[in-house]
Amino acid sequence: MVTIEIDGKSYETELGKTLIQVTDANSIDIPRFCYHKKLSVAANCRMCLVEVERAPKPMPACATPIMDGMKVWTRSTKALAAQKAVMEFLLINHPLDCPICDQGGECELQDIAVGYGKDTSRYQEGKRVVFDKNLGPLIATDMTRCIHCTRCVRFSQEISGIPEMGAPGRGEHTQIGPYIEKNITSELSGNMVDLCPVGALTSKPFRFSARAWEMQQRGTIAPHDVVGSNLSMHIRRNQVMRVAPCENEAINEVWISDRDRFSYEGLTASDRLTAPMIKKDGVWQETDWEHALAFAVDSFKGVINAHGNSAVGALGSPTATVEELYLLQKVMRGIGSQNIDHRLRQVDFSDQNEASLFPYLGQAITDLEQCDAALIIGSHLRKEQPLLNHRLRKATLRGAKVILVNPIDYEFNFQIAKKIITSPTAWVDNLAGIAKALLENKGILLPASVKTLLAEISPNENQRAMAQSLGTGEKRTVLLGHLATAHPQFAMIRTLAAIIAKLASANLGYLGEGNTSGAWLAGVLPHRSAGGVPVETEGLDAYTMLTQGMKGYVLLGLEPELDSWDGAAAKATLKKADFVISLSAYRTSAIENYADVMLPIALFAETSGTYVNGEGRWQSFNGVVNPPGEVRPAWKILRVLGNLFNIDGFDYISSDQVRDELHQQVGDKTANNRAAWQIPNALTSESAKGLQRITEIPIYSVDALVRRSSALQRTIDAKMTDGVHLNTHVATQAGLEVNGNTHVQVKQNGIQITLPIVLDDRVPNDGVLIYAGQIKNLELGAWHGQIELSAAT
Amino acid sequence: MSTRMSKPNASTILSEESCTGIDHWLTKYPSNQKQSAVMGALMVVQEANGGWLTTELMDAVADYLEMPPIAVYEVATFYSMYELKPVGKHKLCVCTNVSCMLRGSEDIVAHLEKELGIKFGETTSDKKFTLKEVECLGACGGAPMMQIGREYHENLTPEKMDEILAKLD
Ligand code: SF4
Ligand code: FES
Ligand code: FES
Repeated sequence: MVTIEIDGKSYETELGKTLIQVTDANSIDIPRFCYHKKLSVAANCRMCLVEVERAPKPMPACATPIMDGMKVWTRSTKALAAQKAVMEFLLINHPLDCPICDQGGECELQDIAVGYGKDTSRYQEGKRVVFDKNLGPLIATDMTRCIHCTRCVRFSQEISGIPEMGAPGRGEHTQIGPYIEKNITSELSGNMVDLCPVGALTSKPFRFSARAWEMQQRGTIAPHDVVGSNLSMHIRRNQVMRVAPCENEAINEVWISDRDRFSYEGLTASDRLTAPMIKKDGVWQETDWEHALAFAVDSFKGVINAHGNSAVGALGSPTATVEELYLLQKVMRGIGSQNIDHRLRQVDFSDQNEASLFPYLGQAITDLEQCDAALIIGSHLRKEQPLLNHRLRKATLRGAKVILVNPIDYEFNFQIAKKIITSPTAWVDNLAGIAKALLENKGILLPASVKTLLAEISPNENQRAMAQSLGTGEKRTVLLGHLATAHPQFAMIRTLAAIIAKLASANLGYLGEGNTSGAWLAGVLPHRSAGGVPVETEGLDAYTMLTQGMKGYVLLGLEPELDSWDGAAAKATLKKADFVISLSAYRTSAIENYADVMLPIALFAETSGTYVNGEGRWQSFNGVVNPPGEVRPAWKILRVLGNLFNIDGFDYISSDQVRDELHQQVGDKTANNRAAWQIPNALTSESAKGLQRITEIPIYSVDALVRRSSALQRTIDAKMTDGVHLNTHVATQAGLEVNGNTHVQVKQNGIQITLPIVLDDRVPNDGVLIYAGQIKNLELGAWHGQIELSAAT
Repeated sequence: MSTRMSKPNASTILSEESCTGIDHWLTKYPSNQKQSAVMGALMVVQEANGGWLTTELMDAVADYLEMPPIAVYEVATFYSMYELKPVGKHKLCVCTNVSCMLRGSEDIVAHLEKELGIKFGETTSDKKFTLKEVECLGACGGAPMMQIGREYHENLTPEKMDEILAKLD
């Protein structure tokens, strides 16, 4: 501890800090532009000059390390004169056009100019003009306003890890930007808008639509990944105008992903369902709530009377709130059906009884930063969980080794130590090889069954190298991504991952979707009710419900044709049902086709509720805007449904009561990924023949809301979901590229469609990549299977 | 043709001689700091391309030296010896910095502009000469001065200028 004196007051602090860190911690104002606590120190704007005893010239507070006994004056004549002079320099080339600038009213330059600058300008010469850059659909530019603080440049190098922004040129000719015409591809790019202290980088979708002082800020939680980022929604006249991060070091630090930032556009999508509708004699008609609910319940009861209560089932979206999910299963269990599920993107449920309480991340989010080695199985982590990826990236910058088993050679924003890139059919063999290599190195006591299981395996060199890398350091983790969960042999993969984790003394973790943790806890599962209590007779899982067919369905917040493992089958199966109740925020032709009642539900910003993130952290929030038209929060609709079905215990008056009821049922149970699994007797790997379909649910297709954000849909990430991706070798083998074909016939499971060819060298030789959740290739169906290619005629 | 999603590949863009030239620079730096060779590499590639750099070539250099393309653009745009647009056969780099200015660089510039019919930053229509304004080249003792290719020409006068131009083919 050392003591320094600032403006005549003494402060105790630690050595190694900079002056600005101390003043910030003690609420002493020092103006700054280039300094940002999460970025490296550039000290190029000089706005933070202060007077330091015995220093001949004013010193930049952001780059001056503290020393014992140091005396500092932040408001002395010398300091003020220096700040004033810097402000004058900064304004030389900055346009004085705040009234027409989108940043006006919330601009650091404007504020600091008023607080620390002169009241008049002496400058009469011409100002420099910089042409705007097109950075893509999310960020608008006014580069003449740029003050060259380089926050955006440092962000793109240090945080997004995709160096796209730079400072080409020199001196007065410097122009911040990517130099070439380029859309920014980082999934964290929106944070640059927050970082830019002036109006040079602003939000393109929000631009010129509201002023800072017209909006209220209200907090909520993001629903699109397992991070549960804390958001601040900026509201004007009951409309979400834009979204910004709320600082929470333990979760999202000061960042949010572009998906969480721009998904709000889906709230006002043109296909929003705003009134209850029923289908009478094949014709859709609007009606009031009373009629719609009565019609729904009567008809549903009719189905149950005719076919029994196990002939009906319910499917809930993993982006629904805990309260909604809990009530959904309570209604279904109340009417005697255990056919309840939210795992629409999964097919192998064989070991669901051994699964832990919920798909636990296996550690705190902040722990990921501290790990020394990580094995990622089946995840495009950067796009799947942008902020978890960011934590792992920080770990790699400290020297952690990350290794991958993935279907596509995804571009990561950090160094990958070792990788195995193959179509999913070869994962079991590869994971077994890694496990065996670890087993050979270590004399850990494991059940004999594990040794028997791996007896026949002899690891190859790469698998041994992977095992070796995973041995790095002390803290390790094995993470199972979306594509592992969606694997037809998920149970086997999970077993092998658990064995690997055990052998490598690593934390096993799952990267779920949205509120999956909440859905497991709420009991939206056929084998466990709320709080993870096993049920007596298991119901049907999502895949069975959507392929074998039920007589009646309740759908909550879903478009199963886009949200499930086999969209084509889901669509066809739903069509055959006698009665389908769809609680949906949107009205689509697909839903109109198979549903019989559409009940308009509120989206995440419009309802109170709770999400549970991958760590098991419960985060409750209030609605920040009122839903449009006749739309109601789903928990209220489900409450009424419970009443109309004459089920007891549906007298909630607030969503808090629902949450508290569930909370009580969960009690102090915690998830434990180390629980023992049954080790299968033998390894079964699929016998893969020919080219395999590789798939991925793209970042901007994960749920109905994101799919309707028009800005996100214009990004490169959304646009690259077209067509069939194959590498040059596969193309040549199929006799394609040489002919100059643009399209190819793709056949899967007897269905043939024509798709544009995308040559993509990230794809391995044993597969082709066809994205999931896309209307344009829906007919192909299942996420896995053999693919045949033939030249389009 | 089908859409292609792949990164530039240095080996298909840079000639073998260019690669050898860059490798020569690489031997001067530690193998884990390849980007140190960027200035030499850009010079090699620029010379092989008739005196200027295309974005494609800069991307190839980035790929070859395993550095982000933007970092190469930053270097190429910062230093005045790199050209990002086609230049004439002879690039006349006239210093107009203080010492040269005091010693009459303005006359030299005026003379050249009149003789060649072009201004700073322009190239003659026969693609023979490009006129470029540069900052101090460290030869103030011989001001006013200019650089053509690898040669410095000092103590310039309009007459001397004519002689020099006449000798250039
Ligand atoms: S664009 Fe904004 S953040 Fe980037 S350097 Fe300019 S002022 Fe700074
Ligand atoms: S904030 Fe210290 S120099 Fe910019
Ligand atoms: S000023 Fe011209 S060479 Fe130095």
